Amino acid sequence: MSQKIHVAVIGAGPAGLAAAANALAHGAQVTCIDANDQPGGQYWRHRLEQPGRQPGVQPDSTGHHDWKTYLSLRAAFDAGIAAGTLAYLPNTQVWMAQQREDERITLQLTSATAAGTQAPASTLTADRLVVATGAYDRQIPIPGWDLPGVMTAGAVQALIKGQGVLAGQRIVLAGTGPFLLPVASNVAHAGGSVLAICESADLSGWLKNLKAPLAVPAKGIEGAEYIWDLLRHRIPYKRSTVITAIHGAEKVEAVSIARTDKTGAVIAGSEERIENVDCVGLGFGFTTQLELLTAFGVATHMDVDGSLVADVDEFQLTSGANVLAAGEVTGIGGAALAVAEGTVAGYRAALGSGQAPQQSEVAKELKTISRHRAFARAMHQAHQVPDYWSGNLEEDTVVCRCEEVTAGEIIQARDELKAVDARSIKSTTRAGMGWCQGRVCGYAASCLATCGDKHEAFAQSVANTYKRPVSIPVPLGEIADLEDSPKE
Amino acid sequence: MKPVVKSVENPITISVDDAQLTVEAGTTVAGALIAHGITAWRSTRKNERPRGLFCGIGACFDCLVSIDGQPNQRACMVRVCEGQQVDTETAKERP
Ligand SMILES: Cc1cc2nc3c(=O)[nH]c(=O)nc-3n(C[C@H](O)[C@@H](O)[C@H](O)COP(=O)(O)OP(=O)(O)OC[C@H]3O[C@@H](n4cnc5c(N)ncnc54)[C@H](O)[C@@H]3O)c2cc1C
Ligand code: FES
Repeated sequence: MSQKIHVAVIGAGPAGLAAAANALAHGAQVTCIDANDQPGGQYWRHRLEQPGRQPGVQPDSTGHHDWKTYLSLRAAFDAGIAAGTLAYLPNTQVWMAQQREDERITLQLTSATAAGTQAPASTLTADRLVVATGAYDRQIPIPGWDLPGVMTAGAVQALIKGQGVLAGQRIVLAGTGPFLLPVASNVAHAGGSVLAICESADLSGWLKNLKAPLAVPAKGIEGAEYIWDLLRHRIPYKRSTVITAIHGAEKVEAVSIARTDKTGAVIAGSEERIENVDCVGLGFGFTTQLELLTAFGVATHMDVDGSLVADVDEFQLTSGANVLAAGEVTGIGGAALAVAEGTVAGYRAALGSGQAPQQSEVAKELKTISRHRAFARAMHQAHQVPDYWSGNLEEDTVVCRCEEVTAGEIIQARDELKAVDARSIKSTTRAGMGWCQGRVCGYAASCLATCGDKHEAFAQSVANTYKRPVSIPVPLGEIADLEDSPKE
Repeated sequence: MKPVVKSVENPITISVDDAQLTVEAGTTVAGALIAHGITAWRSTRKNERPRGLFCGIGACFDCLVSIDGQPNQRACMVRVCEGQQVDTETAKERP
């Protein structure tokens, strides 16, 4: 065997693809592991490629942006597979990552779906690790949000992009952030009606910080396309507007919306009801998929948007030896930022241990990263998660969907049992103890436990919700196998 | 941009409980059910409330269903295939 550096990349989204492609370009041996069955991640999720056709040849581009970037990354990716320098493990989930004494990294793998292909090996050891596991839609509980037909805005998007399936015919989108726009646009193109986009922010935040968006013209052009779509399809875009309740017996039938004032409180008398709704898409920004990194104990911090993110240096190295991070896990900022970070991480990961990284090797990407990070900060400031929601909860509103723990139970645990962070809420009420391990309710439970405090206690509480022993529930047999295996 | 949604181009047949459904090849089990207007395929343990797809990307585990005899599969992650047997919990609990 040659002395190639072996780089493991977790995630084949924009960041992971770019990391794999650039690590290959710098001579590394790469293994890319992804839970999905096709490369692309969330942003470039696309229809199933035709079986029998050569991989990478013109997958379906409908509804996509930056598709050329995807095709060029994909070409490098596929060339690596053909040359034997890239091992691609689709349909495979990493459920644990550990550092060995020699500072190499061991990953525990399992099949993402029992019906899918089995992972070829259950463990994998690499010299370097790039974690590019992305994010999922952040949620706050709303009365009725557990009714069928209510889903994340990302789910509405993923169904269209990945499968050409429309989640409903009469859709209301609500939450905060620019991501609601491409979802609305895709729904309209697919022939569905978007009855309203309820944006909780008043958008004045953007005006305070115009320099950052102006420095990223591509975002402006993309935004203009979406606004054109809204106008053309007559989609009402309602600022300072929130969903106060979702109604229905066995599935969603209607929603109540209302305007909020500067403090985020619902303005009395502004309530309106939208009838005949068959789908609601909710998204209040994103939550990073960070647990593999927190399990390592790498340094993290709370970003402007209230997400826990990994600390990285200029070359995407975390505080863990040989562990890099790229894309949404270092701060929610979109696909172009993810590609630039992935490119830098791929370069850094492929360097031999004696070699010092050179800025000049990735000068273009470093500039892109700094402009896009500034854009992301402006975006987060303009689209803070609103404060209205906790006052709007009913006693019986479900907060933890898995264990069906209600707002009433959580507030009682806080007030009577002094459970003032998500961890003690979990041990007293079971919120966050179910299948998703607090991914969905962790943020909301922390808000409720700390009474809307946005500082130290909240940050600590959110950080605790990321402490998951394994990243997905795995069959007990696999954990037993791990314990039986000899220590390396 | 052209419309994203197409009609069923590559039909395959799956069984959902006792019914046969014609679905688009390449969709996921969750996508196929939603395309048929089925939005719930599980009841919650405590309050027996209906549930279906939520996050759509494998993070929330709300969409669990039994596929070809394997319980607790994420319907949003598994693609349909010819002859697949999907068993919903909602059907099991029906009298
Ligand atoms: C459902 C959804 C839809 C989105 N759609 C859009 C959109 O249309 N437009 C837009 O601008 N932004 C979209 N986003 C935002 C998204 O975060 C993009 O900015 C972009 O995809 C981020 O790139 P990334 O490489 O950081 O992560 P991702 O694209 O999220 O890629 C991460 C990859 O890692 C894999 N992964 C995660 N954990 C593991 C594990 N433990 N083991 C193995 N694999 C793992 C995931 O399956 C995924 O393929 C969407 C987000 C979500 C959640
Ligand atoms: S819908 Fe969340 S895991 Fe399938």
